[in-house]
Amino acid sequence: MIAQQLVNGIVTGSVYALFALGFTLIFGTFKILNLAHAGVFMSGAFIGYFAVLNGLPLWLALVLAMIGSGLISYIVELGAFATIRGSGQIEFGALISSIGANLCLMSLGQRLSNTKVLRFPFETFPVEFYEFGPVRFSFLQVIILLVVVVLLMAMMFYLYKTSFGRQIRAVSGNERVASLLGVNPGLVYFQTFFISGALAGVAGIMIGLSFNSIHFYMGEPYLLKAFVVVVLGGLGSVHGAVVAGMLLGIFQNLAVAYLPSALTETIIYGLLFVVLLVKPSGLFGSEGVQVGVARR
Amino acid sequence: MMLEVKDLAAAYSGIEALRGVSLHIEQGEMVALIGANGAGKSTLLNCLSGTVRAKRGSIRFDGSEIVGTRPHRVSRMGLLHVPEGRQILFELTVEENLLLGELARGSRTSDYGLSEVFKLFPILQERRLQRGGTLSGGQQQMLAIGRALMGGPKLLLLDEPSLGLSPIITDQVFDALQALNAAGLTILLVEQNANRALQVTKRAYLLEHGELAYQGNSADLLHDEKVIAHYLGHLPSA
Repeated sequence: MIAQQLVNGIVTGSVYALFALGFTLIFGTFKILNLAHAGVFMSGAFIGYFAVLNGLPLWLALVLAMIGSGLISYIVELGAFATIRGSGQIEFGALISSIGANLCLMSLGQRLSNTKVLRFPFETFPVEFYEFGPVRFSFLQVIILLVVVVLLMAMMFYLYKTSFGRQIRAVSGNERVASLLGVNPGLVYFQTFFISGALAGVAGIMIGLSFNSIHFYMGEPYLLKAFVVVVLGGLGSVHGAVVAGMLLGIFQNLAVAYLPSALTETIIYGLLFVVLLVKPSGLFGSEGVQVGVARR
Repeated sequence: MMLEVKDLAAAYSGIEALRGVSLHIEQGEMVALIGANGAGKSTLLNCLSGTVRAKRGSIRFDGSEIVGTRPHRVSRMGLLHVPEGRQILFELTVEENLLLGELARGSRTSDYGLSEVFKLFPILQERRLQRGGTLSGGQQQMLAIGRALMGGPKLLLLDEPSLGLSPIITDQVFDALQALNAAGLTILLVEQNANRALQVTKRAYLLEHGELAYQGNSADLLHDEKVIAHYLGHLPSA
């Protein structure tokens, strides 16, 4: 029983990590709390759904969702953030304008779905189960874990081993200096928002498939979870987001299984509270990183 | 001619920081630009590298007009600016800082790769895998210069390289600059430490309230009574 819950927790947690990673990437790089990340996540699920509905294979739907939500994420950057970047109020201003962008995306989703819950056609994904002793897991869970692990590794490689990653981290450190060294900040903004959005889009499809339920409001609960993950892991820390996402998933599954279900959320936020009391910068946070809005 | 600035004017946060400055630098020269705090030295450099937009005038670099060109394009043309306060990227390792510098080189060839920079500043090789933020002030200055060299500069702009450094470290940095210049690199050196800057250059400009107050041989400036009184203080040996 406990092994089963651990497996389920790891799969749930990997999707949390995927969602939170895109969120923390934007925060870590540009000090923007992008609340429209929930809307981008939902857009990914919608794009995937409509692709499948039009007869495309699932893998192609996944690729389309990644590209589509990546572009939508960049459109959010152009509309909500680039326009106010010169004002000197980016940190607080972006928080507000991202709420606006999120509302736009949600309204669009609401219109497209007529406020209904959309479901993938029957047998979009083969329902198969494997058993290893006491542990039972589905083919979908295996695929989710596989996709998430591959994406996380690709992202780590990209950020820490390539010239593009170096450029992103340079702009994160000091945009002016980076541009003096030949880094084109516009290109870095595009890449970062695109990657963030693509990760959210994949997470959207994964969640849509897991619960076979896609609706315009599906991103909101994950946004709240992403806050927990990002704060728990340390603001802006990529490693922290992955570990904290997994921990949260496992913890949540165990709590649901062994404790009164009404207590689950209480325990999650209580845990967050305790971690922040003991280590205010989060599990992997550096002392230098502070919440952008409270900085001045 | 490497750089030709004509009648350059610029405002910085509403204040007219430059009011029609003209200067030129020949290929292979090392030129000093001195002046008091707030005279407009940094604004001039920022105009050259494109981070401050000129209001009027022209900047010709290596044959092309660069007013209005964005900073990353200017640096990719080979005009590299080592900003005041060194501005190391703290979260990147020493090596990553240097490799980032390579970006400005593009397809141009350069005399300076990692091994040349490490030869010029051996301490950077020792600290290769440390984060930039852990270096001392002098090491950071060396890293900032090394990083700019990686970009294959045709013209190197240095803003106050001696700022906050001990005299011994300042000597090391200036020795390195002289060696670079001797090897053919064109350098514009901005300094408040006028004495030191005039000693290592042949030609100098003096900037006062956004205008050129004097230009000529560095040696002459070192002995100019007005310059001594205002910018050099009491000189023991000059």
